[in-house]
Amino acid sequence: MSDAAAPVSGGAIQAITMPKWGLAMEEGKVSAWMAEEGAAIESGEEILEIETTKITNVFESPIAGTLRRRVVAEGETVPVGALLGVAAGADTPDAEIEAFIADFQANFVVEAADTADAPEAEAITVAGRALSHLRMGPEDGGAIVLVHGFGGDLNGWLFNQPVLAETQRVYAMDLPGHGRAEKAVGGLDVAALAALLADYMAAVGTGPAHLVGHSMGGAVALKLALDNPDLVQRLTLLAPAGLGRELNVDYVRGFAEAERRKEIKSLLQQLFADPELVSRDMVNEVQKYKRLDGVNAALRTLADTLFPDGHQALVMKDRLESLAMPVQVIWGDEDSIVPPAHAEGLPANVRLQILEKIGHMPQMEAAGEVNRLIAEFGS
Amino acid sequence: MAKKSFRQAINEALAMEMRRDPTVILMGEDVAGGMGAAGEDDAWGGPLGVTKGLMPEFGRDRVLDTPISESAFVGAAAGAAATGLRPVAELMFVDFMGVCLDQIFNQAGKFRYMFGGKAVTPMVVRTMYGAGFRAASQHSQCLYPVFTHMPGLKVAIPSSPYEAKGLLIQAIRDDDPVIFFEHKVMYDDEEEVPDEAYTIPFGEANLTREGDDVTIVAIGRMVQFANQVADKLEGEGIGCTVVDPRTTSPLDEDTILECVEDTGRLVIVDEASPRCNIATDISALVSERAFSALKAPIRMVTPPHTPVPFAAELEDLYIPGPEQIEEAVRSVMGAQA
Repeated sequence: MSDAAAPVSGGAIQAITMPKWGLAMEEGKVSAWMAEEGAAIESGEEILEIETTKITNVFESPIAGTLRRRVVAEGETVPVGALLGVAAGADTPDAEIEAFIADFQANFVVEAADTADAPEAEAITVAGRALSHLRMGPEDGGAIVLVHGFGGDLNGWLFNQPVLAETQRVYAMDLPGHGRAEKAVGGLDVAALAALLADYMAAVGTGPAHLVGHSMGGAVALKLALDNPDLVQRLTLLAPAGLGRELNVDYVRGFAEAERRKEIKSLLQQLFADPELVSRDMVNEVQKYKRLDGVNAALRTLADTLFPDGHQALVMKDRLESLAMPVQVIWGDEDSIVPPAHAEGLPANVRLQILEKIGHMPQMEAAGEVNRLIAEFGS
Repeated sequence: MAKKSFRQAINEALAMEMRRDPTVILMGEDVAGGMGAAGEDDAWGGPLGVTKGLMPEFGRDRVLDTPISESAFVGAAAGAAATGLRPVAELMFVDFMGVCLDQIFNQAGKFRYMFGGKAVTPMVVRTMYGAGFRAASQHSQCLYPVFTHMPGLKVAIPSSPYEAKGLLIQAIRDDDPVIFFEHKVMYDDEEEVPDEAYTIPFGEANLTREGDDVTIVAIGRMVQFANQVADKLEGEGIGCTVVDPRTTSPLDEDTILECVEDTGRLVIVDEASPRCNIATDISALVSERAFSALKAPIRMVTPPHTPVPFAAELEDLYIPGPEQIEEAVRSVMGAQA
């Protein structure tokens, strides 16, 4: 189920299978095919729309060739790893295609949902704080550290961490007040969170890493790069805070206060350019998180600290220039939480990628593109 | 996050609230077991082991074995609640409500109102309900409609382990008397339950499935059956929204009405006896407030109006199941089963 299949010569028959997006995914529904039978498809081309209980996302072809068969029809739900379609050379005989499909189906075994070796988030104590983190990928090689935003958690990287972990060590962690980390956040501003992130990296032995921070996590990652550049080999900032004063404070306050599922749903919809992406499970998970003792108080405290009087307290844009490591900024042009205008006038040492028709969650809404940008940048 | 049983979820909710708040106490028949006898301490932990382990942690001062005298200890709980404690009393089977009902509905349920808001009664009565346990007519009823009828009481009916923990913590922290219903055949059900304390607010229904064609409102254990039917029929292109009201008092009328307005069809599944139960109540609500949205008559799936039979074959026939729910859904879709 690798997304990183090598390019192949024209004739070989290749399987396109249901991807596994996130540890909990067991099956997916093909909601639309975006390529016709007989069409030439490129590796990375969007060929399918797949709906999971978490989110609907486009599926990019892992291979190049001619799409010879759509094995699964629109509207059908199949398990992870199941055959979705077959690509081959345009001249491969139909009989060989049929034989390939028959052989695949005869040998296909549904993966057990809870395989023993599936990585799981672990509790970890860093600088006296109870945090949670998830490590994926090979034993050695380059390290990537993923830092979520306000109200998020390590599960928010479900479309990114497994893909990046095919070649890199990838660490995701829950910041205090979030996910399964402790909910005490008193005194934590961006600088303190950055110091905690450094302690975390030391505790788990990431070594110098490619830091990827989203939104509030972007500000934390940037602060760490400024304060402790030896720890940061590369820096990717996704819709980051920390580059301007403004942000959608109604969203931040609303998220801290919301309790009812309808309020939560309409808030989450603001995160995406396409509000249809917000699924019932996504709303339920956020609601479950917000019901935990101490969460709403933690979010209020963080909002008061980081965004007093409705503005970002720490703006670091004029210091980007001083960074020696490679830096890229990725922003959706329809971000309604942190204004993409903050990406205007970035210094020349920063690579800027504006993604069209994407909201505040490019790592979900444009997962394939963002994964590629991170992987390219890190190599 | 670990999988936990319905029993563990309730035990954990009690333990966490007792650690957090020293005014929380437990009382009931054999909630510890062994009190005043030469035998084993914590021998029982309640008839089905739900409170096991709490007496050793919190001691006999906070986990009280009571005599078989519901009128006495439920009344004591009401008085304790009005004077500063947060008692959780265990009424072993809700079928025994007859001997302590005055203490619940005429005393605890009315303190706040009759004392002009100067008194609160943060009391929880945990109680087992429901058929399927081969426990005969006097230990198998679903008497939550009776308590739902009475102003001043709140009524919570969790449908899964996650729901049970969050609703029970909410019940203990609530300043009004809450009757908390535990279905006795659900204690070994398992699902992922957070280790942390969390609360599920009363009066907010949960949508366990979402679909465009039929709204199924189900109560307590019936939610599982409704989910099974929704999953099965989704494969045939019939989309069901399943609404778990979670609490019948307060009742999330808005969510029920909105779902019916979206789907135009309503099936209500209630294990309580069919006259004056939650199904008739919700049917009346929708008939009055969303009649014009209905594309088909409302269907109620309930047991027959008889005592719960003891004979296993008859008891199985008595309990509403997935087959009856499926038939009702098909009938409101216009296809006679």
